[in-house]
Amino acid sequence: MSWETVIGLEVHVQLATRTKIFSGASTAFGAEPNSQACLIDMAMPGTLPVVNHEAIRNAVRFGLAIGAKINQRSVFERKNYFYPDLPKGYQTTQLEAPIVGAGEVEIRLEDGSTRTVRIHHAHLEEDAGKSLHEDFHGMTGIDLNRAGTPLIEIVTEPDMRTAEEAVAFARKLHALVTSIGICDGDMSQGSMRFDVNVSVRKSGDPLGTRTETKNLNSFRFMEKAIALEIRRQIDLLEDGGTVQQETRLYNGDSNTARAMRTKEDANDYRYFPCPDLLPVEITEDDIEALRASLPELPDARRDRFTRDFGLPDYDAEIISASRDMSDYFEQAAEHAGDAKLAANWMLGEMSARLNAEEIGIGKSPVSAAHLGQLIQRIKDGTISSKIAKQVFDACWQGNGSPDEIIEREGLKQVSDTGELEKIVDGIIADNAEQVAAFKAADEKKQKKMFGFFVGQAMKATQGKANPQQINQLLQKKLQD
Amino acid sequence: MAIDQETVARVAHLARLHISEEDGAEMSSRLSDILAMVDQLQQADVADVAPLAHPLEVTQPLRKDEVTEPDIREQALKLAPAAEGGCFLVPRVIE
Amino acid sequence: MIDLTLTELKDALARGDFSARELTAAYLQRIREHNGTLNAYITVTEEQALAAADASDARRARGEAGLLEGLPVAHKDIFCTRDVRTSCGSLMLDTFNAPYDATVVARMADAGAIMLGKTNMDEFAMGSSNETSYYGPVRNPWDTARVPGGSSGGAAAAVAGRLAPAATGTDTGGSIRQPAALCGVTGLKPTYGRVSRWGMIAFASSLDQAGPMAHTAADCALLLQAMAGHDDKDSTCVNEPVTDYCAALSGDISGLTIGLPEEFFPDDLDGRIADATQAVVRVLEQRGARVAKVSLPSVALSVPAYYVIAPAEASSNLSRFDGVRYGHRCDDPADLMDLYKRSRSEGFGEEVKRRILVGTYALSHGYYDAYYLRAQKVRRLIRDDFKRAFEQCDVLLGPTSPELAFALGSKKDDPVTMYMADVFTIAVNLAGLPALSMPAGFIDGLPVGVQLIGNYFDEGRLLNVAHSYQQETEWHRQAPALGGTA
Repeated sequence: MSWETVIGLEVHVQLATRTKIFSGASTAFGAEPNSQACLIDMAMPGTLPVVNHEAIRNAVRFGLAIGAKINQRSVFERKNYFYPDLPKGYQTTQLEAPIVGAGEVEIRLEDGSTRTVRIHHAHLEEDAGKSLHEDFHGMTGIDLNRAGTPLIEIVTEPDMRTAEEAVAFARKLHALVTSIGICDGDMSQGSMRFDVNVSVRKSGDPLGTRTETKNLNSFRFMEKAIALEIRRQIDLLEDGGTVQQETRLYNGDSNTARAMRTKEDANDYRYFPCPDLLPVEITEDDIEALRASLPELPDARRDRFTRDFGLPDYDAEIISASRDMSDYFEQAAEHAGDAKLAANWMLGEMSARLNAEEIGIGKSPVSAAHLGQLIQRIKDGTISSKIAKQVFDACWQGNGSPDEIIEREGLKQVSDTGELEKIVDGIIADNAEQVAAFKAADEKKQKKMFGFFVGQAMKATQGKANPQQINQLLQKKLQD
Repeated sequence: MAIDQETVARVAHLARLHISEEDGAEMSSRLSDILAMVDQLQQADVADVAPLAHPLEVTQPLRKDEVTEPDIREQALKLAPAAEGGCFLVPRVIE
Repeated sequence: MIDLTLTELKDALARGDFSARELTAAYLQRIREHNGTLNAYITVTEEQALAAADASDARRARGEAGLLEGLPVAHKDIFCTRDVRTSCGSLMLDTFNAPYDATVVARMADAGAIMLGKTNMDEFAMGSSNETSYYGPVRNPWDTARVPGGSSGGAAAAVAGRLAPAATGTDTGGSIRQPAALCGVTGLKPTYGRVSRWGMIAFASSLDQAGPMAHTAADCALLLQAMAGHDDKDSTCVNEPVTDYCAALSGDISGLTIGLPEEFFPDDLDGRIADATQAVVRVLEQRGARVAKVSLPSVALSVPAYYVIAPAEASSNLSRFDGVRYGHRCDDPADLMDLYKRSRSEGFGEEVKRRILVGTYALSHGYYDAYYLRAQKVRRLIRDDFKRAFEQCDVLLGPTSPELAFALGSKKDDPVTMYMADVFTIAVNLAGLPALSMPAGFIDGLPVGVQLIGNYFDEGRLLNVAHSYQQETEWHRQAPALGGTA
């Protein structure tokens, strides 16, 4: 009997508010240590929390985006434990009455199949500070700038069966939260962090013991960490061992993981309703206003791209996953007058360059208008596809618009029949031997030999010859 | 309910308090007295009663998402028992 | 001048009988003479007080006098005061100079009040005798071998001993009213949410409330006027309009219905205290009030409910004192666990540790439902009892404390007996109602206090009832003989 894997996720999403969830301190990334931790964030005696309205709105937006029940009355609770980066000695979070109830997210896999992942709930909570282990000669330094940053923690049901599904879900979530603008989606700055619960079982058996691998901050690490953990558990069980319920830490550099030091009291958090905060009430009107203000969601956009622009499913899925990609695509398609070509360029040349430089499309030096212009020049025959790549490169380097580059560098396709005829005549005259061989060959051989003459023509025109015209001329002249 | 020394030790650890063995006996007897008094609660008929967390049944006011708090790092670090490089210092934390 | 009430001092300053500087200096002199005996202040801010008094005199000269202009006050050492030690009566915060002012402190300063210093208190406000303070016990000015009550014992002793004309206190289970009763002063615990808790070091967040302590109800009205009101920094501070408390003091109580809860007059109540309480009722009846018998059956469970809820909240509120960012840190911690455990065990006193342990236990796995949740349910029953009572009457009346000031050290080793000192005051905090204690006579030379409990946000009426009583009596004007003059 084969092994089946069961995966559930807990995802921490940093909300893109200007200030902390319970204080008016800035959440901007990268400030000097402790310069953005106010009296409240430092848990000075006598300080009290006040809830950031925007954090509430963002959580509701998320709930609406996944079709979840919004709890119109939600309660903040204290989760008590001691840790140096947890200044109050408790984390303010939600347990019994989270703001977002059950919902669903549909994921689409590469083979085109779909799967529904149920969301158990999503709750609001505050982030902890950071413990820094370098540069403190054997001590640990505590930076509380991140303390109090608003998070929503999204908890799924154990509905995923492969690492691929988990990653597809993670990507979908990323698409959702960035599309509705509640998170900047910047994984390198910890804006989305994944805790992965993995267990294995023989098909049909009850759930096995699960482990939790914490704080994965890239899709790639997540995929590898899950694969590693599945392998570890199966090996363990096949060798007659048992899986311990534990929290594990994954090291992406070495692709290894280890169990965290267990805390004997880890599960006695003594939750109780935070007496410094009152129940949060959201009116039906507030919810409807937020619903009305939601932008188009990735799924709707994907369906529109396939329907209105005729994009293949897979292309539509990828482009629609990001609001930036989608916006860029729609602009480029309009400028180009050809949506499919725009999509091809985005997923081909553009994606390769973006990946190589590790930037988002929002920072692409080639604007949507430029890409559109480039595609137009291909379509109207001004340049060939091959030259177009050269123009794209130049445009990426910041050398101007495609039209300026084509003009300045003289990349216009040679379509003048008279000029091309002279060039073809010259080639035939200069390569009498090959011409004779061509004429003597059968049709099959001729097909192979034809490329030689095209190559010569391109060489003579530095690639600027209109390929169709060259073909026609050569066909005609060589048959003579 | 009586609370034995072992329980005192467990709870003290949760609360990050050090209770020495000699103090533990004293503490366990004091806590047992307190809990015996508190156990009167078990007499109450609360079957259909909802818990009351706050005396006033009002709801949470919400704050505008505007930066209002200044940088207080220098002031805060002066209060710290140990600080370096803008950070609070603690013995090395091992996860 | 030190025998004048706050209201009289306000008028005298306005008339120019003396300056704020002269008044402040007189109290500072009085503190120098008697604080050694009473130990009412932990910190005296002499220089700042004199500078503030000069600034106040200058404001008055410019015609900019505020509500409390030039009036000296003492703040309980639970309120954060910028750059002044804010110890909360604990070694844990012995070196803590707060980086900001509590809202109460700021509002009173804005109204022109002059801070004389920070008053002694039970450590983290946990106690009813002021014996748990790291800075030593406060002595009752009426008999220095006795306790002043707690936890606002320093505040009560300072006012009673004329070491301040008025003081701020906080009340989580009776910490304003019980020491007010034991020291013979007037003290008001406002409705939960009436006064901001910002900057007031939390003991039990859902019960804590700051309030005034002074000689008379009129003084308390004046102080509350400056303290009360919405504060954006405290989510639990309600946005209700603030009554004009001074204007509420008509002295007219005709038609008022006073409820006497039978539970506040148990069979085993000290007969002398019962008599003193009944005497107050008669005075109020003579002034036009009617009396009704009411019952609050669930208040019998208020002490056990309180000793779950308050320690539970405290155990969490006091977790921030971990030796990392401020406060006491042990020497040479071996590792993080050692740092936590030794810093906290050294920094906190016995009673604080006891309550942290009780609270931690009550919230811990397997006990939450039996203790914490059940206590919160009982809390609702208690609140509902009061709601029903206020359908029949305007105020409730009973003794503030079941006993007079007791001898120092007499209950120190028996926490449960000590907890019973608050048997009449605790239910009010659980319900969040306003209540005051006023002087109602003397027994064997010791003050006795009577408690008035009002409906939500009905502080104006409570103060008026007490004011009415104080127009008829002189108990609130009695001064203990401490020797010395100022």
